Amino acid sequence: MSVHTPHPDLPPPSTSVGIIGWARKNLFSSPLNSVLTLGALYLVVRFLPPVINWAILDANWAGSTRDACTDGGACWVFVKVRLTQFMFGFYPADQYWRVILAFGLLGVLIAWLLIEKTPKKSWVAAFTILVYPIIAFVLFYGGLGLPVVETNKWGGLMLTLILATIGMFFALPFGIILALGRRSSMPIPRALSVVFIELWRGVPLITVLFMSSVMLPLFMPEDLRIDKLVRALVGISLFQSAYMAEVIRGGLQALPKGQSEAADALGLSYWQAMFLVILPQALKTVIPGIVNTFIELFKDTTLVLIIGLMDLLSIVQSAFADPKWLGFSVEGYVFAGLVYWIFCFSMSRYSQHLERKLHTGHKR
Amino acid sequence: MKKLSFIMVAVFFMISASLASASTLEEVQKRDVLQCGVSTGLPGFSNPDEKGNWTGLDVDACRAVAAAVLHDANKVKFVPLTAKERFTALQSGEIDILSRNTTWTLTRDTSLGLNFTHTDYYDGQGFMVSKKLGVKSAKELDGAAICIQAGTTTELNLADYFKQNKMKYQAVVFDTSDQTVKGFEAGRCDVLTSDQSQLYGLRIKLAKPEDAVVLPEIISKEPLGPVVRQGDDGWFNIVKWTIFAMIDAEEMGVTSKNVDEMKKSTDPNIRRLLGLEGIKGKGMNLSDDWAYQIIKQVGNYGEVFERNVGQGSPLKIKRGLNALWNKGGIQYAPPIR
Repeated sequence: MSVHTPHPDLPPPSTSVGIIGWARKNLFSSPLNSVLTLGALYLVVRFLPPVINWAILDANWAGSTRDACTDGGACWVFVKVRLTQFMFGFYPADQYWRVILAFGLLGVLIAWLLIEKTPKKSWVAAFTILVYPIIAFVLFYGGLGLPVVETNKWGGLMLTLILATIGMFFALPFGIILALGRRSSMPIPRALSVVFIELWRGVPLITVLFMSSVMLPLFMPEDLRIDKLVRALVGISLFQSAYMAEVIRGGLQALPKGQSEAADALGLSYWQAMFLVILPQALKTVIPGIVNTFIELFKDTTLVLIIGLMDLLSIVQSAFADPKWLGFSVEGYVFAGLVYWIFCFSMSRYSQHLERKLHTGHKR
Repeated sequence: MKKLSFIMVAVFFMISASLASASTLEEVQKRDVLQCGVSTGLPGFSNPDEKGNWTGLDVDACRAVAAAVLHDANKVKFVPLTAKERFTALQSGEIDILSRNTTWTLTRDTSLGLNFTHTDYYDGQGFMVSKKLGVKSAKELDGAAICIQAGTTTELNLADYFKQNKMKYQAVVFDTSDQTVKGFEAGRCDVLTSDQSQLYGLRIKLAKPEDAVVLPEIISKEPLGPVVRQGDDGWFNIVKWTIFAMIDAEEMGVTSKNVDEMKKSTDPNIRRLLGLEGIKGKGMNLSDDWAYQIIKQVGNYGEVFERNVGQGSPLKIKRGLNALWNKGGIQYAPPIR
C-alpha cells in the first residue's frame, strides 16, 4: 500500500522573498512609494558622498596647527586641539578630575536608580537628592581643602550639563507643586500658582536671562553681588518649572475623576491620594511631555551665550575668534551640533524605553 | 523702548553716585585681582587661546593695568561680556575696567556715567575688494555690489559715504560675518565692508586670502579704548596713564626686552618713565616702578600691537592711524614728567 507523501512545500515565489521581496513590500508597494524611494535614493547618492568626503575621507585629523590642514576636507585638528576647552572651559587642567569625578558619580547614581533590580533604591535616591548636591558643589567650586575654582572659569560642555541638570533638578518638583496648586480648591495657593505660571510662561527665556544679567545687578545693593551663573540658574529653574507645571497639569487632567473619588472613598488623605494614586498615573501619561521639556531645556541652555556665560556653543564660537584658527566655523558648529544631538537623542531613547516599561494597559 | 532706556539711565546715575565713595584702586588692591570686561571673542582683540588664556589687544590693556597696580599682569579675572550687557557690568561694579572694543561716542561718554580713558586702537570702516577688480581706491567703487552685515552702523556709514561722493551701490545684506565672507567668496558682491580691524580677520577666512586686498580708505571714525566708571578720578588716571606709558615707552624705544638695560640710561625721559626720577608713582598712589612693570610684563604699545593684530599675528594689520605721531600715525601721549 502506497503511503501518500504530500508534495513538499514549494518555495515562495522569488519576487516575494529576499532582498527583492523586501524591497517590493517596503519600497515599491505603490507608484507613489516608488517615486518617493527613487527620489530619496537620488538625494542620498547626490549629497551623501560629498558629506562623507568632507567629514571623513578628505578630513585632516593629525597635527596640532592650522598648517596641518592641507587636504580639502574638514579640519578636525581645530576641534582636537580645543577639545579639553570645549569640554571644561577655562577650568584649570590639573583640576579636571574633580569635574570628571562629579559627573561620574552622578552617572553611577542615576544608573543605579534607572536600572531595574538594584538594591536599596530609596536610600540611593535620598543620597542623590540630599547629599550629592553638596558633594557636587564642593567638587565643582572648591572648599574642604580643594582649591576654589570661580564660576567664570566654568565653561564648555561642563557648564551646559550643570545648567541643564540643575534646571531639571528644580523644575520637576516645583512643576509638580505648581500643577497641584493650580488644581487646588484653596483660593490662595491656586491664585499664586496661576500668577506664577502665567507670568513666567508669558516671557521668553532670553528676556529672563537678560533681566537676571543686566537689570538685576542694578537694583541690588553694592556689596551684595550674586554670581552671574547663580542668577542665570535661578532664572532658568523658575522658567522651566512654569512649563513643567503645565505639562504635569495635562497629566492630572487626563485622569478620570473616579480615581481621586476612589482614593477618597478608601479614606486616603490628600497627600496619600496624590502620591499613591494620582501622581504615579499622571506622571506616567506625560512622560513624553516631561522629556520634551527636558530636551528643550538642554538646548535652551545655549541662550546663556547672550549673557556671556561660556557654555558649549559659546565657547566654540569664541574659539572661532582665535586669529590662528580663523575660518573653521563649520567644523566647530558640526562638532557642537553632534554633541547636542547625542545628549538629546539619548534622552529621547530613554523616555521611549520608560514608556514601554511603564505601559500598563492604557496604551493602544 | 524709550521709557526703558530712560529708566536704565536713571538707575545708572543712582548707582554711579553710590559707587563714587569707594575707591576702585583700594578695592582692586584688597581683592588682589583686577576684574576686566572683554569681548566673548573678537580676533586679535580678545579671544581665548588653545590653553584657555585670554589674548588680544583689549586683553593686554587690562593686563597692563594689573601690572601697574598689582605688579602681576596675570592677576586679572576676565569677564566675557556681550555688547548689550557691557555697560551695566561696569556700572554695577562687576568689572573695574571695560576693555571691549567699545567706540568712544558723545552719547556713551556723557549719558551713561562712564569715562573713556584713551584710544588704544583707532578703527574705522574700510573696504575689501578682490584683487582681480584692479581697484586702488574706494572712490572707484561707483555701481559696485557691496556685502554688508545687517543691522550695524556699517550700513549707515556706507550710505553716507556713497551719497557724499555721489556714487551708487547695491547692498547685499547678510546676517552674520561668516555669511558675509561666504557671499563675498561666492562672488555675490565685488566689495565687502566692515570695520577695518575686522576686515583683516575676515580676509583670512577666505579660501585664497591673497586674492583680496583691503583698500586704504577709512570712511568712519571708531576710536576704541578702555572705559571706567565716572566719579573715580584716581582710577581714571591710572588706566589713562597706563596706556600713555605704553605709547611713551614705544616712542623712547623702551621694550620688554631692553627695559632692564634702559634702567642704566642717562636720558631723563626714560629715567622718569621707569620711576628713577621725577614724580614717580606718587600722583596715582602706585609704586614707583609702575611703568617698568607694565613694559617688563606686557610690553610697549608697539609690541602689543604687533603681537596681537600686527605683523606678529596672522591678521597682519598695518599700523596706519595707530602708528606714533612722529611716524605718520596719530598715537600721541602726553609726556611723563
